[in-house]
Amino acid sequence: MSASFLSQYSAEIGTLTVEHLWLTGAAMLFAAALAIPAGVWLTRSPRWAKPVIGVTNVLQTIPSLAMFGFLLPLPWLGERAARIAIVALTAYALLPILRNTYAGIRGIDPTLIEVARAIGLTDRQRLFKIELPLAASFIFAGLRTATVTCIGIATIAAAVGAGGLGELIFRGVASVDNRLVLAGAIPAAFLALIADGALGLLERRFKVPAPESARS
Amino acid sequence: MSAALEFRDISVVAAGGRRLLDRVSLCIEEGSVTAIIGRSGSGKTTLLRTANRMIEPGSGEVLIAGSVERDVVALRRRMGYVIQETGLFPHFTIERNVGVILEAEGKSCAQRSDRVRDLLRLVGLDPESFAHRYPHQLSGGQRQRVGLARALAAEPKILLMDEPFGALDPLTRAEMQDMLLDLLTRVKTTVLLVTHDLDEALYLADRIVLLSEGKIIVNVPRDEFLRSDHPEIVSYAAAFHRGEARSPREGASA
Repeated sequence: MSASFLSQYSAEIGTLTVEHLWLTGAAMLFAAALAIPAGVWLTRSPRWAKPVIGVTNVLQTIPSLAMFGFLLPLPWLGERAARIAIVALTAYALLPILRNTYAGIRGIDPTLIEVARAIGLTDRQRLFKIELPLAASFIFAGLRTATVTCIGIATIAAAVGAGGLGELIFRGVASVDNRLVLAGAIPAAFLALIADGALGLLERRFKVPAPESARS
Repeated sequence: MSAALEFRDISVVAAGGRRLLDRVSLCIEEGSVTAIIGRSGSGKTTLLRTANRMIEPGSGEVLIAGSVERDVVALRRRMGYVIQETGLFPHFTIERNVGVILEAEGKSCAQRSDRVRDLLRLVGLDPESFAHRYPHQLSGGQRQRVGLARALAAEPKILLMDEPFGALDPLTRAEMQDMLLDLLTRVKTTVLLVTHDLDEALYLADRIVLLSEGKIIVNVPRDEFLRSDHPEIVSYAAAFHRGEARSPREGASA
């Protein structure tokens, strides 16, 4: 990639990177706001776990281009491409966050839950002081998977005009210009790597030491 | 003496229809230590867990100082709870583990810190060296001391102990039993202790209750227990002194 190419496109790459981050970030916020409380609710009503996780699983299997296409004719959503992109990315991010929140809380040593009840913590205190902190590492692992997946899928949002780094990739493919494809793909890959590293750090930071029962 | 805790006609039936407790009535006197012993599956832990409503009895009621407490959270905070696995929260420091109920009650940081330090001293742990450690950095005996400190944090009138020293080696267990006896001279609380260990029951308790198949077979003061000729007591005691009864091995040196 020559210096003249970079100087010509650097401002655009910057703008599209910010747009890409905005689409992914907004989708992750919505997904976390939906999937974490839903995951907690499923631990309280486990009979719903299979059907609800099943639905999010089905959402995940819809090809991304088809998902953008399905959402395009919908009223309000279809008016702005960014709305379509955020809704579609949110749908893709739900499963890993929901599944990990549910599994993270269900996997806590039952003795700890029992003690939390027996010493007189309220349900709310038990959730915020014991369950969520103990499941945090799992939840961050789900957020990490979801974020990395969404950064990749967000490149396809350019197909419906939502912007982001996919725009450079699509333009590059259309004009058979590999430099443009790389100008979109390389920053997207870097974003994914940075998100993976940062959320991986949080995941390790919240890892709980080995349970006492596992030691002598 | 008045009853700190009273079980009235308590029955608990398991999902499969098995009767875990069958119309059990028991009065625990204020300030006393009562040990509940019995075989596995006799209903000891079930009875203990009806006291803090971790198990809701199918019929009967539990009275605390003569009245029924409807608020489950308030009831549980009035009762300390110590179990064999200790159940210390692995993501909390020892200080936070001991003070968790004070935190839940909205006590200030300074109040919590002072109380936690007093409690750690009470159970024989130096606050300076233990307060900031995590449970996985402690030995089994130390964790059990922390579990006991946590149970005493809210100054409970009743202390429920379910096989508290069952997982410890005999020497550590003896140390913990002595520590508990010493502690009970300073902390005025009523103790309900579930144990498999007859020696522990005889050493710690004022009264011994023997359960079998969900029914109380014997409820006597400690001194009378071994004098009893009740067949269940005789067989229970015999099971605990098999080593003494066994004759020396043939050919073994004197």
